[in-house]
Amino acid sequence: MSGITNILVVGTGGQGVMTATEILAEAAIAFGHDVKKTEVAGMAQRGGVVSSHLRFGPKVLSPQISPGTADVLLGFEAAEGMRWRHMLRPTGLALMNTGRLVPPVVDIGLYDYPDDPVAEVRAAGTRVFSFDASAIAKELGDIRLGNTVMLGAISDYLPFSADVLEHCILKRFATKKPELIELNRRAFAAGRAAATQAAQAEVS
Amino acid sequence: MMKPSETGDVMAAVLPASAHSRLLMSGNDAVARAVWEAGVRVAAAYPGTPATEMLEVISTYPDLYAEWSVNEKVSLEVAFGAAMAGSRAFCAMKHVGMNVASDALMTMTLTGVAGGLVIAIADDVGLSSSQNEQDSRYWGRFAHVPVLEPSDSQEAYEFTLAAFELSERFQVPVILRMTTRICHVKGLVTVGERREQSVAGFTKDVARWVMVPGAAGRRLPLMFERENKLRAEAEGSKLNFVETGSDRRVGFIASGPAYMHVRESFPDAPVLKLGFSCPVPYDLVRAFSTQCDQLVVVEEVEPLIETEVKAQGIAVSGKDILPRSGELSPHVLKPAIARLLGEPLPDGVAATSRIAPMQVFPRPPTMCVACPHLGVYYTLAQLRNVTISGDIGCYTLGFGQPWNALDACISMGASMGMALGLDKGRADSEKDKKIVAVIGDSTFLHMGMQGLLDIVYNRGNVTVLLLDNRAVGMTGGQSNPGTGRDIHGEEAPRVDFVKLVKALGVRDERVHEVDPYELPTLFKTLRQETKIAEPSVIITNQPCVLVEHFHARKPFRVIDDKCTGCGNCVDVGCPAIHVTRRDKVIKPSGKEVTRSFVRIESPACTGCGLCLQPCAPDAIVPVETLSMPIHVVKMS
Repeated sequence: MSGITNILVVGTGGQGVMTATEILAEAAIAFGHDVKKTEVAGMAQRGGVVSSHLRFGPKVLSPQISPGTADVLLGFEAAEGMRWRHMLRPTGLALMNTGRLVPPVVDIGLYDYPDDPVAEVRAAGTRVFSFDASAIAKELGDIRLGNTVMLGAISDYLPFSADVLEHCILKRFATKKPELIELNRRAFAAGRAAATQAAQAEVS
Repeated sequence: MMKPSETGDVMAAVLPASAHSRLLMSGNDAVARAVWEAGVRVAAAYPGTPATEMLEVISTYPDLYAEWSVNEKVSLEVAFGAAMAGSRAFCAMKHVGMNVASDALMTMTLTGVAGGLVIAIADDVGLSSSQNEQDSRYWGRFAHVPVLEPSDSQEAYEFTLAAFELSERFQVPVILRMTTRICHVKGLVTVGERREQSVAGFTKDVARWVMVPGAAGRRLPLMFERENKLRAEAEGSKLNFVETGSDRRVGFIASGPAYMHVRESFPDAPVLKLGFSCPVPYDLVRAFSTQCDQLVVVEEVEPLIETEVKAQGIAVSGKDILPRSGELSPHVLKPAIARLLGEPLPDGVAATSRIAPMQVFPRPPTMCVACPHLGVYYTLAQLRNVTISGDIGCYTLGFGQPWNALDACISMGASMGMALGLDKGRADSEKDKKIVAVIGDSTFLHMGMQGLLDIVYNRGNVTVLLLDNRAVGMTGGQSNPGTGRDIHGEEAPRVDFVKLVKALGVRDERVHEVDPYELPTLFKTLRQETKIAEPSVIITNQPCVLVEHFHARKPFRVIDDKCTGCGNCVDVGCPAIHVTRRDKVIKPSGKEVTRSFVRIESPACTGCGLCLQPCAPDAIVPVETLSMPIHVVKMS
């Protein structure tokens, strides 16, 4: 379908993947796009895999992104970015948090966590910009700022301006928690800078 | 570049958004809005994925009564009662809920309704959170009631309004068939305003409302007559329409979300879209069949339309070329149709099908940090010579690692009956086997009480663990009669589980209330009760960590120098405990043991204290100062 942008946001339950995708959807709507957003998130609250599909453009029909057709993959967790790499189109971009969330099945020794998910995705031929969004969020004072950091990171790789996306994030706090506006503004800027820096590192 | 428009707040609002607003809504949000606009006065449901949010959202609208019912059958009876009284009524459930409610459905189709009654049934196509996959459109055939199948949020909204009109015109309950990809997909919906409906009141009419055999028999012909009229209605319904196409090699008959996949995959093909899909409008199908070389029915789960169309002598393909189960998508449809036409795969599809997913460990759902069920499963895992009959809820996860402490699970409340059967049907070689049943508070009240009564009445030897966490945990912590809160979070009568199980006949000495964080007491009680050959009930009494009654305590950390790597704490299964290093050592006895050294993710730890109880070297201690400030940064 022509003129459709496909964004795949992935992570684990509790990371704010679905909220982040919803904010991306709001920004797309603000630009006059038709939008569909869908998740595969069975029992997501229990630490399972979450993948959230966002499609926008003049008119969206099927809500699902087909494998090999995502324009941008926004990975909230390193191994999850790797898990969904096949959803990207060959020229697509993976924005990956290098932060790790190790599940109990790895802790009890049933499976291994990949040594370097970013390197493996890159070796498979995908363009990757990676950065430690979890560390950035912790440095700002709260791991839960991670989704704002990730939204900042994707903000320069969307077919609309970053300002609108930032506005859509901040207005969520305007009525309920205005004291968090400044913190989220900083998280957004930090994510944006981290992606830019990663992009420059990629080029050089 | 388009300019941002001033759409204001695009979120589905708690207070009803004004008419003509264009809102980003899930299918569940859209149905809820339409229920409110349709002037519904009574709405009832039991929570169940993916249907839960319909009633959750409805309960936020004014001017109607909404309730969490104890089970789906009761919810349907409540809605039916309101419809008998002449009010518009609504009921929502997941697919398996209708199995429970069907006893009521199969006779209310004979009485019909006075006020409009719409039943939304949400099929979990692809089993994201269910014990089976079912096609609820069967109920339309079985009960001879109409089925409407929306294909996105806008249609979910429009079809709900249409369903109430249809229900009142034909005095019939109407099924709105939802699926996960309707319930949980968000799209833009243009909404309208609420229209209050006048309510005629209950009209006494024993020939209609009292379904004794004679009266019911006289209503059977009326039901079949109604079905014929509904088929004629479907023939002319604007919910069914043909989209002509230039590429007539294959014409598609599609319903539900499958329609969107067809439209996306084959933009030039003719499509007959069936929104009012039961009874199937045969004339419409026959006329459409003359417009294309061959027909393919694209429907999710069962080949219902396909089989019925074939029975009319119209040649169609369907499940012979499409998957028999699971979700459809453009990725599934395109290759199937290419094969049917004997064509090579479209370029894009061929290229992407060669990209294999990278191999990454699985990430199964786990119990939460400090979940009170952790202590229960840690204890059950220590018990030997036991069969554990399980039930539907978060605690089903006890079958997994590291506990391996749940042996069966089929349906709501079944842990009780299965346990009694395991007891009565035990092999001669299993005389000493302990039979334990595990069930949550909400599931017990839904359908477990009757099973326990059966255990008591028939003198079963079963130890029941009733995990009372005061919430319907798995679906997001909704209220039930055990929480002491109603659907609005307001105070409500709370069932007393101790008194309840005693009233069912469990002897006083065999009923225990235990704190699941006190492992020695839990273990002692469980061992004692499984040794006694009569029904006993152990009630655990700590709340779900996701509900507001839960209060976190001071977190713990591991003193590295003291950790001996015994791994006992890992067996608790708390996701805040991480193994930092693993090695193997030879004990003086010559036995090789694996050591797992751990750390606790202290910011996630809520200080339940489960892990420090099996820690032999006392290496787990409270964190004195937090390494980082805790803010509440929740984007709701």
